[in-house]
Amino acid sequence: MLLSLRGVSKSFGAVHALQDVDLDVLAGKVTALVGDNGAGKSTLVKTVAGTWQPTSGEIFWKDQRTSIRTPRDADALGIATVYQDLALCDNLDIVQNMFLGHERLRFRLLDENAMERAARGTLAELSVTTVRSVRQLVASLSGGQRQSVAVARAVMRDAQLVIMDEPTAALGVSQTAQVLALIRTLADRGIGVLLISHNLNDVFSVADRIAVLYLGRLVHSGDVAGYTPQRVVEIITTGTLATAAT
Amino acid sequence: MSIEAPGPPRPLAAPSEPELETLVFDETLSTYLRQTLQKIRGGQTGVLPLLVGLGIVVIVFQLKASLFLSNQNLANLLTQASFIIVLGFAEVWVLLLGEIDLSVGYNAGIAGALMALMSSAPYNLPWFVAILIGLAASAIIGMLIGAFVILLRLPSFIVSLAFYLALYGVLLKIVALDNYNGSITLSSSKLIGLVQANLPTTAGLIVVIAAVVGASILTVLRDRRRRASGSEVVPFAITAAKVLGLAAAGALLLFVCNANRGVFGIVEGITYAVPIFMGILVLWSFLLARTRFGRNIYAIGGNAEAARRAGVSLGWNRLWAFTLAGLTAGAGGVLYTSANGGATGNIDTNLVLYAVASAVIGGVSLFGGRGKMFHALLGGLFIATIYNGILLIGYDAAVQSIVIGVVLLAGVSVEALSRRRQARS
Repeated sequence: MLLSLRGVSKSFGAVHALQDVDLDVLAGKVTALVGDNGAGKSTLVKTVAGTWQPTSGEIFWKDQRTSIRTPRDADALGIATVYQDLALCDNLDIVQNMFLGHERLRFRLLDENAMERAARGTLAELSVTTVRSVRQLVASLSGGQRQSVAVARAVMRDAQLVIMDEPTAALGVSQTAQVLALIRTLADRGIGVLLISHNLNDVFSVADRIAVLYLGRLVHSGDVAGYTPQRVVEIITTGTLATAAT
Repeated sequence: MSIEAPGPPRPLAAPSEPELETLVFDETLSTYLRQTLQKIRGGQTGVLPLLVGLGIVVIVFQLKASLFLSNQNLANLLTQASFIIVLGFAEVWVLLLGEIDLSVGYNAGIAGALMALMSSAPYNLPWFVAILIGLAASAIIGMLIGAFVILLRLPSFIVSLAFYLALYGVLLKIVALDNYNGSITLSSSKLIGLVQANLPTTAGLIVVIAAVVGASILTVLRDRRRRASGSEVVPFAITAAKVLGLAAAGALLLFVCNANRGVFGIVEGITYAVPIFMGILVLWSFLLARTRFGRNIYAIGGNAEAARRAGVSLGWNRLWAFTLAGLTAGAGGVLYTSANGGATGNIDTNLVLYAVASAVIGGVSLFGGRGKMFHALLGGLFIATIYNGILLIGYDAAVQSIVIGVVLLAGVSVEALSRRRQARS
């Protein structure tokens, strides 16, 4: 088990954003986290990413109890979050963005050649082959390519769990396919992926496991094979299955 | 758009030289030129409009005043340009952050006045100590401005406007100290000589040749290392063209400055101001392009939130940039005071704002993250050319000011238009 949450709750004053959440994320598997707006998806992500501390509950990383107090702690464990706004610098090129904050140095100076080689290697391993040059500015990239750069940055820093927050929300059809292929590649490389998505098509085409949040509670989770999109929609909207699960 | 089926699972080990046909950069000269042309059409014009503009004004001035291209005037222009350029360098540090510093001109004045004061009676400090005191004061002022902007989250426009006003008053107070009557004349020949004296012609020849040869060797070596490492490179012809351009600029400098331009005696050689501002250019460009600090400055200017998430310390990097801006402004003040043979409170009020103008006309973005020190050099030369030429033709300071204002407006308009065009393409 890569990451386990046991009884995690998070309250903001009287508002219980998360209540008693149990969640498992496995290495090499894509776990989709779905739920309606306000169900607590973002809160859950931010708790795992170290932005917020849980009010109560335990977090286990590789079966060891741990606490993630800051984003830096998450980073040190190998948890990388790719946010919706991607946090890339448009005025820097792909290599510069991938190494931002962690540049490789040689004699205390930037080792551009080593960084360029490594960046290119990582992009190739992730089968990202649509960028013409790794020295082009990120401003000139498409949405899918930007997503790829953000993911490659996480992978290059030895992330073992990549959290992706609505990675396909702003993308067209072919770009979405590109990003889904990337997510699959990540999992096949042994990396755990926690995918937050509204789009059940995406979820069912790429996820191995599914977890449904409803008003701060994790009401259903399990192998994606045990669900159909219709049933998931029902859980998302009502929190339960009216029809008896078979 | 190629979507490959996921390969068989394998661990993410160190990259083992994967095959990357699709990523190899096409590096033939014709392709490169075609792509460059496309970029220009798409709005990424770079310094091209500026060079064209500079060419036009040089031709116009020469037609109107035949003395314009005389050795004497060009050497004079270079001196005038030196402190505009250096103040422009100062401004680049803050512009790259997406901030602005309106006060660099008077900050420069403070450095110059302190230097003059400290090198005169009763202090009589050695010339280099006087310079260091001036530079230190300017650096501290820059740091203070940065501290207000960073700690109190105030807009740098307002903070630096306040410093602009206050520093002017401080400057007037300094030049009225110790019974000075509004001006402190430099007594040290070393300090006056910084701008007013010239390198001996042989020394100038050696310095320029050494600089050009050194820079060329470094450029070619770097190009070869990048090729050997498999990094993306520009066609070698472009590298060669850069080296040739550098050599041509050096030769032109020697041709203009090493000839005798004296009317009543022999005046020849390159003013010390040139190696000084070229030295600052090289040093600051190096910091910006080759160090983690420089990379952080660009990242903060491009997307501060992204930089913060990547672990870049916003506060410290910005504080250092403001401090370096102050330090550089101080260097500009040293040159300005040297050129005038002393410090007064009557700094040309336009001059203090040329810093912003030269960097922006040169192509440094007001919105942060885009631009180089080199741009301030070009912009400063452009402004100095107009500054010099308008007076030479016989117009007065009023026309001078109007023309530079129009040029600045034209410069930012061209930038805005090309940006819009870029966004569309």
